[in-house]
Amino acid sequence: MSPLGKKVIGIGAGVAVVGVLIALYVASWATSFPRSVAAAGSSTTTGVSTQLTLQTVAAVGAKYSPEHPDWVSYLVQSHGKWIHSTDYRVPANSVVHVTVLQYDGDSGLRNPFLSEVQGTVGGTETVDGKTINAINPEEASHTFAVPELGILVPLPGVEEEAKNQCEFAPCTLAEAHRTISFTIHTHKKGRYHWQCFVPCAAGFLTGGGGPMQTLGYMDGFLDVV
Amino acid sequence: MAEPNHARRFTILWVVASLIATPLVIVLLGPILPPGNGSAQASGHVTDNTVLLAMATPVLLLVVIYLIYAVTFFRQPKGGILEGPAVRGNQRIQTVWIVVTSILVLSLAVYGTVRLEEDGAGSGGGPSPVVVPHGKKLQVQVIAQQWEFTYRFPEYGGVEVPHLELPVNEMVEMHVTSLDVIHSFWAYQLGVKADANPDVDNVVFVKPTKEETFEVRCAELCGIWHGSMFDHGHVVSREAFDTWIAEQQTKFAAATKSLPPYSHTYLPEPTRRAE
Repeated sequence: MSPLGKKVIGIGAGVAVVGVLIALYVASWATSFPRSVAAAGSSTTTGVSTQLTLQTVAAVGAKYSPEHPDWVSYLVQSHGKWIHSTDYRVPANSVVHVTVLQYDGDSGLRNPFLSEVQGTVGGTETVDGKTINAINPEEASHTFAVPELGILVPLPGVEEEAKNQCEFAPCTLAEAHRTISFTIHTHKKGRYHWQCFVPCAAGFLTGGGGPMQTLGYMDGFLDVV
Repeated sequence: MAEPNHARRFTILWVVASLIATPLVIVLLGPILPPGNGSAQASGHVTDNTVLLAMATPVLLLVVIYLIYAVTFFRQPKGGILEGPAVRGNQRIQTVWIVVTSILVLSLAVYGTVRLEEDGAGSGGGPSPVVVPHGKKLQVQVIAQQWEFTYRFPEYGGVEVPHLELPVNEMVEMHVTSLDVIHSFWAYQLGVKADANPDVDNVVFVKPTKEETFEVRCAELCGIWHGSMFDHGHVVSREAFDTWIAEQQTKFAAATKSLPPYSHTYLPEPTRRAE
């Protein structure tokens, strides 16, 4: 084979290898979804109800996310363990009780309109035992919002001066937190996205990059099945 | 056999085809062109698209008929090895082509400018639009954020709502802005599309002319849930609008108390965690 032929084959093979690697990387990125976690179900005399327990943390930690240990994130409880996922499975046409253990400090809402609770049963949430229909927008740390279902629950943050604040997930009940609970009524089956409306991504332009743009942190899906 | 007069034959073919096709395009295609007749501005778009199509039809026919004519009559004979004559240009054809296309393009430029100045054509005119329609206008602020549009009505206590309803046959003055990144407010059936930039007030006028449901989308790639910035709005009667806005004022009373005073733009605060 001529030197030119060898050169062409060599370059072609190199380009093919690089192309395959790029394709594998893109395919891996495009198909990487958080693990789907089912909410805990229970039957009562009034029917089937489901409990979804979540945790929000200022930094997810290396245990759950070696790539982005300092990113803000949600976690979900399953069989007593905290799991790093934002894909939650709940039954259709049922009552879902949601509890959020909120360990992060406040960032403030960019749009104060989103400080009012929407779409929950009674249009309220309970924060540390007190039932309210809106929070001070300056105190918002995150929101649990499912826009397609009209659900918006603002989550107030832990006070800056609070003692024993949690640094990395998983946080424990002994550490400073807010306990927020609310109830939603699911209807038809579907896959609905949920998101945080608070610009809470530390170190990113306008607080809207990184964890705010990545599934598994401040965005996910509510699978109504 | 004497060579026919190709120029005359082609011209006749083209003129006849244009005289038949252009009215057909206007009559048959014009009424179904986008975006429909949901507003005065949308109807204007339909008219403009019809004018453009009517002007483009003879040009398209010129090219297509010439191509077919050439393939049919200037085909190389079977087995022939004749080389075509070298063409060095034709000053008359070139001149006609340049003059005609210039007239077409300049006419459209003048037409477009005049039409744009009539009512803004449903596009954003910036904070100080050149043309402002006369008469009373309902003020509506469109606030874009990742990833939802909300709407504020300064004439109704500054209430903000998550869905849009508009009264029919009333001029609406929309002030489009953003709280974070660049979005674009696109209400297709109303013929409205306006960029939503942070700290910028982009004014657009629209007059809905029929009661209907319209789609609202973001037309600027704005992040992970860009595709979810989709909603339906409604054009309703004045009575229905009054009832709806009163309900919204009650429903969102708590949130309204938290809102800052109405302003055409809002600085993208807070940025406590931002770079």
